[in-house]
Amino acid sequence: MAQSSGRTLYDRVWESHTVDILPTGQTQLFVGLHLIHEITTAPAFDMLREKGLDVAFPERTFATVDHIVPTDMRSRPFLDSQAEELIQALEKNVSQFGIEFFGLDSDRQGIVHVIGPQLGLTQPGMTLACGDSHTSTHGAFGTLAFGIGTSQVRDVLATQTLAMDRLKVRRINVDGMLSQGVYAKDVILNIIRRLGVAGGKGFAYEYGGAVVEKMSMEERMTICNMSIEGGALIGYVNPDATTFEFLKGREFVPKGADFERAVAYWKSIASNLDARYDDVVNMDGAKIEPTVTWGINPGQAVGISEKLPLPEEFSDPDGAKKAYEHMGWQPGSAILGTTINVAFVGSCTNSRLSDLRAAAKIAKGRKVHPGIRALVVPGSAGVKALAEKEGLHKIFIEAGFEWRAAGCSMCLAMNPDKLQGREICASSSNRNFIGRQGSPGGRTLLMSPAMVAAAALNGKVVDVREYLQ
Amino acid sequence: MEEMNAVSQVTKVVGKAVPVRGNDIDTDRIIPARYLKEVTFSRMGEYPFFDERFDSSGKPKPHPFNDARFQGASVLFVNRNFGCGSSREHAPQALYRFGIHVIVGESFAAIFAGNCVMMGLPAVTVSSADMEELMQSLEKNPLTVYAVDLEAKSLSYGERRMPVELPESSRKALITGSWDSTGMLRANLDKVKKVAGRLPYVTGFTG
Repeated sequence: MAQSSGRTLYDRVWESHTVDILPTGQTQLFVGLHLIHEITTAPAFDMLREKGLDVAFPERTFATVDHIVPTDMRSRPFLDSQAEELIQALEKNVSQFGIEFFGLDSDRQGIVHVIGPQLGLTQPGMTLACGDSHTSTHGAFGTLAFGIGTSQVRDVLATQTLAMDRLKVRRINVDGMLSQGVYAKDVILNIIRRLGVAGGKGFAYEYGGAVVEKMSMEERMTICNMSIEGGALIGYVNPDATTFEFLKGREFVPKGADFERAVAYWKSIASNLDARYDDVVNMDGAKIEPTVTWGINPGQAVGISEKLPLPEEFSDPDGAKKAYEHMGWQPGSAILGTTINVAFVGSCTNSRLSDLRAAAKIAKGRKVHPGIRALVVPGSAGVKALAEKEGLHKIFIEAGFEWRAAGCSMCLAMNPDKLQGREICASSSNRNFIGRQGSPGGRTLLMSPAMVAAAALNGKVVDVREYLQ
Repeated sequence: MEEMNAVSQVTKVVGKAVPVRGNDIDTDRIIPARYLKEVTFSRMGEYPFFDERFDSSGKPKPHPFNDARFQGASVLFVNRNFGCGSSREHAPQALYRFGIHVIVGESFAAIFAGNCVMMGLPAVTVSSADMEELMQSLEKNPLTVYAVDLEAKSLSYGERRMPVELPESSRKALITGSWDSTGMLRANLDKVKKVAGRLPYVTGFTG
């Protein structure tokens, strides 16, 4: 087990967290960190009560509220009585079972996948589970992090373990250099476009290559976040100096000599240079341009200068036709110039400080196009405070964006932030599924936060590079 | 080990079927997010494919789940990458509570397939050619009864019999009734504590 070469981070972390091989042949895997929120947990706590069980390791679970919280009027009780009932259920459950909770008024509240890293809860070499598919975000730290369902949340609460099948590992190298105006979001959209929305089934994705190595932690989080949109349960980046620098001094990160020991451990779990992978994919970062989705899944994306593809170019022409039918445009037309109604900067994919800075850089001194509803929703109360400290909120407000409090907001529209009718939204979120942003007829164009800001200013999809020359 | 409960063993599902055609049907389509605001799963059976089955005024739209020919189906036929997207267990819960007791597809998204096993709902795969045959047989004769046998790893109807696949661990969990895994995992709590005690981040990296 202590082999020193040929191993991946996935191999090492999987093995160090293996409790047993179960009679079903699955591995019983220890879960180092469990994050919970208001949506997928209430029935799990009910199941615990039905079984008469306690929470095995309450100190290894942390809770917050993100999915249903309003981002404007936050006084209690919420106007939405269902949202109020859900948050009360969580408040009752964390109190009864002794779980630390970053509630609505906490300065540590925010989207689970933003606050985990921000507080230093997320660390390299851990396993991390949460009842949310975008848990893959935390893989940016060299963490094996994955989304689970409610029954699995119950198992983690009751045992701090899960019954899991081992994955294969696919190494994805993004080499070369990104050109100006091309962001982490564009990189992951291109990875998904190339490998397909189901291409990652059965794999953990290990991202590397010069482009990823040069990326900040926030950019790596954007990449890992959307692994699940490519079908991969887990996506990760090996921890390096960038990772350690990010973690140093954060609330839940060890201090002093303990930090030095932690860094030594974190270094020891990274994949070896001669690690054996089940598959390797190489991409050239220089070929990526600002990218926008045109369809109803995140793999249906084009570069800003491309024409929309013909259905026959896909392995599933019927799927492409269904996308055109919903979106209401024609193959062969351009995505550039597509009219929008709403612009949304936010979500666990792109709501961190660097995302807000990138959007503010475009918005600064300019005005949102008349008639466009434009929202900026920081990923956490902490991100909001940092952004306000450097005046980003003023830039947005002066430009005509609404500056909101932290939450998932219009990514999945479980709070009052929703599309209406057939509205088209330029969105920095992660899913363009039919109905995703709250209206069954609504349409979502996924893109980077800078591209969203540029679209907001013009009322249509434009090439953000025009603002960066 | 927790004693196996015979009632919870899932070995065979026999019944009429309903086809939902299309690849990459995501969990937002299976159950729109607004229904996730309910604190229990108890009413999820009212909501599967809601926005595809009803317009904004509540008027039914053409959809296999609204089609009288497929009423009472307990077998669901789907195509590729069914259940992609969100981890919401509400999706398989909605299907199960609607009356679906086995899903047969060309492939399933990872978290969705895991959720199905955890609630004792088998999700099995067949080849693309076999799925096309199944959907056509069903659309031609909606009264056809299909039998999915997890022990034999087969699906049969009339004289026809074809192989089905599912991860061996899922098959074992279903046929032995250990899909409700809490008891099995909890029995190892001593070992869990030992593993936790060996992990440097649990012990605080102290020397």
